[in-house]
This record gives sequence, C-alpha cells and structure tokens, in this order.
Amino acid sequence: MNPSPLSGPYPTRRTVLRAAATAGVALPLLSACVTGGDDDQDPAAGNTGAKSADNPLGVKADAPLEVVIFKGGYGDEYARQAETLYAQRYAGAKIDHQGIQKIGEALQPRFVANTPPDVVDNTGASRLDIATLVSARQVSDLSQLLDAPAYDDPGRTVRDTLLPGVVDDGTFDTVPLTLNFTYTVWGLWYSRPLFAGKGWTYPKSWDEMLALCATIKAAGIAPWTYQGKYPEYINDPLLGMAAKTGGPTLVKAVDNLEPNAWKAPGLLGAAEAFAELAGKGYIMSGSEALSHTEAQAAWSQGKAAFIPCGSWLESEQKGVTAPNFDMVMGPVPSRTSADTLKHTALQAASSESFLVPAKAKNPAGGMEYLRILFSKQSAKAFAQTAGTLPAVAGATDGLTLSSGLGSVRDAVQAAGTETFTYRFRTWYAPLAKAVDDATGELVNRRITAAQWSERIQKAADALAKDSTVKKYTR
Amino acid sequence: MRHGRWRFLAGALVPALVLHAVFVLSPYAQAFYLSLTDWTGVAGEAHFVGAGNYVRLGNDSLFLHAVRNNAVMLVVVPLVTIGIGLFLASMMHLGGRGGRRGIAGSGAYQIVYFFPQLLSLVVIAVLWGFVYNPNTGLLNGALRSLGLDGLTRSWLASPSLALIAVMAVLVWSSVGFYVVLFSAAIDSIPRELFEAALLDGAGGWATFRTVTFPLVRENVHVAFVYLGIAALDAFAVVQVMTVGPGGPDGATEVIGLSLYRNAFQYGKFGYASAMGVALFFATLTLAVLALRSGRKERLELA
Repeated sequence: MNPSPLSGPYPTRRTVLRAAATAGVALPLLSACVTGGDDDQDPAAGNTGAKSADNPLGVKADAPLEVVIFKGGYGDEYARQAETLYAQRYAGAKIDHQGIQKIGEALQPRFVANTPPDVVDNTGASRLDIATLVSARQVSDLSQLLDAPAYDDPGRTVRDTLLPGVVDDGTFDTVPLTLNFTYTVWGLWYSRPLFAGKGWTYPKSWDEMLALCATIKAAGIAPWTYQGKYPEYINDPLLGMAAKTGGPTLVKAVDNLEPNAWKAPGLLGAAEAFAELAGKGYIMSGSEALSHTEAQAAWSQGKAAFIPCGSWLESEQKGVTAPNFDMVMGPVPSRTSADTLKHTALQAASSESFLVPAKAKNPAGGMEYLRILFSKQSAKAFAQTAGTLPAVAGATDGLTLSSGLGSVRDAVQAAGTETFTYRFRTWYAPLAKAVDDATGELVNRRITAAQWSERIQKAADALAKDSTVKKYTR
Repeated sequence: MRHGRWRFLAGALVPALVLHAVFVLSPYAQAFYLSLTDWTGVAGEAHFVGAGNYVRLGNDSLFLHAVRNNAVMLVVVPLVTIGIGLFLASMMHLGGRGGRRGIAGSGAYQIVYFFPQLLSLVVIAVLWGFVYNPNTGLLNGALRSLGLDGLTRSWLASPSLALIAVMAVLVWSSVGFYVVLFSAAIDSIPRELFEAALLDGAGGWATFRTVTFPLVRENVHVAFVYLGIAALDAFAVVQVMTVGPGGPDGATEVIGLSLYRNAFQYGKFGYASAMGVALFFATLTLAVLALRSGRKERLELA
C-alpha cells in the first residue's frame, strides 16, 4: 500500500473506518430497543367517569375513543353505525375510526410501545396470535362488560343475550378476554336443487353418506371436493364427526392435551371414515392441490356434490355461483349409531374477535363501544348486510334470509344446546399445524388412520411437555 | 483548511452512517440479542433464555426439514441455473454455423429470456401455481393434448415432486438474468481467441471447456453467490405456491417460512430470531467460501 501523503491529524482510511465501526456499534445501544417499553404508569388514569344506570361502565363522556376494525368481507360500515350510536350518547367524545386489513402489522408496534387503541377487531389473516397476546397480559378482562345490562334490553345482562358458547370462546383460564361478534358453524354444503332433481337425500349417518357417494359417483359427479391447499378445511368435518362420537369428554381431552387423547375410538373412527372416503375414490381427483377458491369454484360449477366449509361460504361464493344454485349446509353425519351427540349437533364457534387492550387509554369507552356493538339493534343491521349470523341471540328474527344463511340458522336451531368447538386451534397454533399436515397425508392415503393418531399424539405430547408454552384447560 | 476537511468528511459520511446504523446494524444487533430471549413480539418485555432457542432448533423436525430442503436447493438451483445460463449464452454467441457467430435471432432470444426478471417473484409464483394446477393447469393440459396422460401429476401435492416443482420455478425465474450476465462476459473475450481455437480444430465443446469457461469463471463465481443466497431464501415462492404452505407435510418447508410462521403466527419472535441468526451465518459462510475459492486462480488476459 502507498504510504499516506498526508500525516498528522488528517483522517486516514483506517481511522475513518474505525470511527465508523465505533459509531455503528454504539448507536443501536443508545437508541431505544424493541423491548424497551415503559409500563410503569396506568395509561387510563383520568379517563373514567362515574358509574350510573345509564352509564354502567363509567365512561368519561369526553374521553376520545380509538377503534380499529378489520375491514374484510363484512366491510366496516356496521362498526361505524355503532360509533354513531356511541357519539350520540357521549357527544363530547372524539372517535378515531380505522378500518384496515393488516391488523397485526399495524398494531404490533403499538402493543410493544404500550400505546394500543381502545378497541381492536383482531381478525383476518394477519391478526395477532391471541394466545400470545393473552400470555403477555395485553388484554383486558371483559367480565364487567358481560355483567352490564344489555344496551337495548336493560333487563338482561350482555352475557345473557349471546348465543351458546360465545363467552367460552373468548375465555382464557376462566377470564373472559375477547368477545366474538360473528357466529360460525361448520358443515357440508350442497346445492338443494341438484339434490332434489336427482332424488338424493342428505345423509344422517356415515353409512348413508357412503351409499349416497356411490350413487353420486355413478351419476358422473365427484361426490366430494375439498380445499386441499389448506388441509384444515377437511379437518373440520373429521374432528366434528369424532366429537359427535365421543361427545364433550373427547373434545375436552384433546384440548387439555391429555395423554392418548388422540387415540380415542371416536377420533380413530373418524380418521378411518375419511381414509375410506379417499380410498373409494369419492374425492374429486386433484382436490389435494386446489386452493379454497379453486375447489369452491369447482363445487359451484357442479363438478362435486359436497364441500366442507364454514358458514361464510355463501358470501364468499357470491358472484361465482349461479343464481338458482341455492346452496345449503347440513351437519356432519354420525359415524356410529351409538354416538354421544345427535347427528344434528354442530361444530360452532364465534369469530371476529373484539378485545380491549390492557394498556388502552380509554378502556371504559372501549367496553361501552362493545356493549353498543353487541346490541340487538347493531347485530340485526349487521346480519342484513353481511349475510352472516351475529353472536347475539335472535338477531335474525323477522329477517328474510338467503338460502345458505337460512339453512345455517335452521341448523343452529336444530342443534339447540348440542354445539361443540375445539379450542386447541386458538390455544396452540403449532399443534393445529401438526394436525393439518397429518390430515392432509391421511386423505391422500399416504398414512393410515392409526399412523395419523400416532403422529398427532406425539406432537400433542411434545407440546404438553414444553414448559415454554402457556397451557390452558377447559 | 485542515478543519474544513474533517468537517467535509464528517458531513458526507455521518448521515449515511447514521441511517446504516439505525436501519441495518441496529436491527441485526437486536436480532442477535432477541434470539437469546423468549420475546413474544407483542409486549415490551422479554426474558433471557440463553442458548435455549438454539438447542430447540436441533429438535424441531419441521426446521430440520427446512434445512434439508434449503440444502438441496443450494446444490441444485445454482448448478442448473448456471448450467442452462452458460449453455444458452454460448449458443447465442457461438452456436451458429462454423462456431463463429451466434444462432439466428440470438438478440431476440436474449430479450425473451430476460422477461421473467421483470416480474415480481410473487407474480411468478401465482402464475406457476396456475400452471401446476392438476385439473386445469397448463402443464397437465399440455401433457394431455400430447396424449401423455400417464405423465400428468398433482405436481405441488406430491411429496416427491413438490420441491422439484418449486426449484423449477426458481430456475425459470432467474436463468434469464444469468444468460445476459454470461453473454456480456463472453462478449468481452477477444475474438481472436475463438478464432485461434477454431484454427486449431477445436469443436464446440472443446472451445467452451478451454476458452469460454476459464474466461467467464469470475462471473460464474458471482452467480454462485447470488443464486446460493436466493436458494437459501425461496420464501416468497414457497409461501405463495405450495400446499400448506410448506407442504405437503413439510416437503417444501424452507427456513424463511419456518421463521415467518414462528414469528408472525405463533408469536415466538425470540425463537424465530434464532432461526434468522442461523440463516445469517449460513449465508455468510456460503458467500465467504464461494468468494475465497474464486480468488485462487484468476486468469489474466495478456
């Protein structure tokens, strides 16, 4: 290297590089780190008012309210309507409304910085993992709200106006932390005119299902298709069938990660049923690689008779389905005649999950907003525009419903109190992934029902032993 | 005067250094720190867990699948891409009559090969997802129209084919760029060398082996580094195109996807950071090794 022509205090390449390296190392240490949040003060201080019969949650009338809504298939107009009602009651409140899709990206830094909004609709593909939020103590206890009088029925509490299971769905270790606004049920969908035209009746038992599949296949239609790219879709009828055989005991054993829960006869029987469905060639070929849109489009075009899906299917297929297709949903058939639950029993869960962050500036306002949103008036307006059942009981009374939504309401009524839901999917996302992968292999006949239960049990056991994962029980 | 020089240097360097420190070095440093914690990503607190996350990596079967798949891609994608790239580039220069010219229309080919480079990787993945559709896709459709029904497959849903299908897309999307890169390199080789080889009676393969390849070796090394880094990533294509994604049953899982899932779906940012740090060192090692091996024999044109 040439000696530097300049000497003395002039910078050489080496000193400049050294200074740069020092600055590079020192700066991040000086700047705030992601984990440097400050949580010493109560952010809600000074934002509560006096409680009264009219104001059971003690809202301070002029405290600003920030509402973040997932603007997905249902839009966010229903949320704005509830905000209008809130503004009428608390005239001084400035409401900041945000209807967005990327809930997680927008809110994660705000939770970390302890400056979250007052109400969050934590929904959509990029929602924040609720179990993580809960274990990080970022969510408020909603007991106060559930025990407050309902907005348009002060004789009853908010808790009493909700459909069965809704409060449980948002409860973590006996504390209600989220409140879900829509009520989803899962089943098998078919076209009523197609079945009526061919003289097919919807099967009540699995044997009837297999017999009907043989008839359908003979008629030149694939009996089943499923959203193969996302195997969780075919998990739902499989696990639903198992829940009917084994009843709530089986469901609880699975959710509580009990030893050998996945080897219960109900689960093995259901897995064998779906392996048989695939083995007999009753699943449309190629389904295993189709995305939900592709599989559902094939079904809407009449290439397959049944498709498993939740009650959102009708709104999702709007525009892809012929007007006289008249889709309806039926409950998953019973596997055995000795099943614990009736064949009308339904896998039902609420979704569109609302929460009030623990570090919100106006938590009383946030809960009051939810009290207004979960009123019969708001829920009815939502049911009319969204084509989905709200979690509020009787919200669809007196409304004329489309064929799909009507069949969902009838199924909910027929099920009565016999609804069930697995919680492991929200509690333990990695276990849900293990189950999805195994079921994908099962219905493609690469593993047997016994291997299916074996490998899921192994994943569940590993999770149960993992001390870093917060456990829940029901 | 002397002070003015310092001030000028500082004025020129400091803004860039500050930006680099805040947006590049600081996130790196924080990721290293976070990989030693159980940070959830939604709270302002994290607990130190030491090397626990790294120990866990070794027992995570899905992560090991990902490492295996990335390793396969690391070998196959650069080799195939560079092989095809070199072949096409030399055909465009020397594939014509007598080995003196490129084949007819080589300029047009060069433009066509470059097209995939203009599309975003996500768009490419979506398009190829349609191509691979087992019932209505272009690939099976073409096979059926040729009467080769027996060869139709459920490309992305077969564990033995899915990774190959993904690698084919990666090769397809990058080969055009390397054709152009190698073409430029071949262009810079003096014409006389090829003519001399021709006079000595060298055929196409001999010319390529003894003249072309040694003189474009530098570019091939650079290509290996870039393609190796791309093969260690492959997140976008896998996330958009594959079953699961990452399936069927982990057959196309890549480290980037495991990282993404643990961070953004499972709320395990600490563990995901450990994956990121592991990937960082793998990429760094690869780049150092590839560049070191390239330094040895540098041919100089007299």
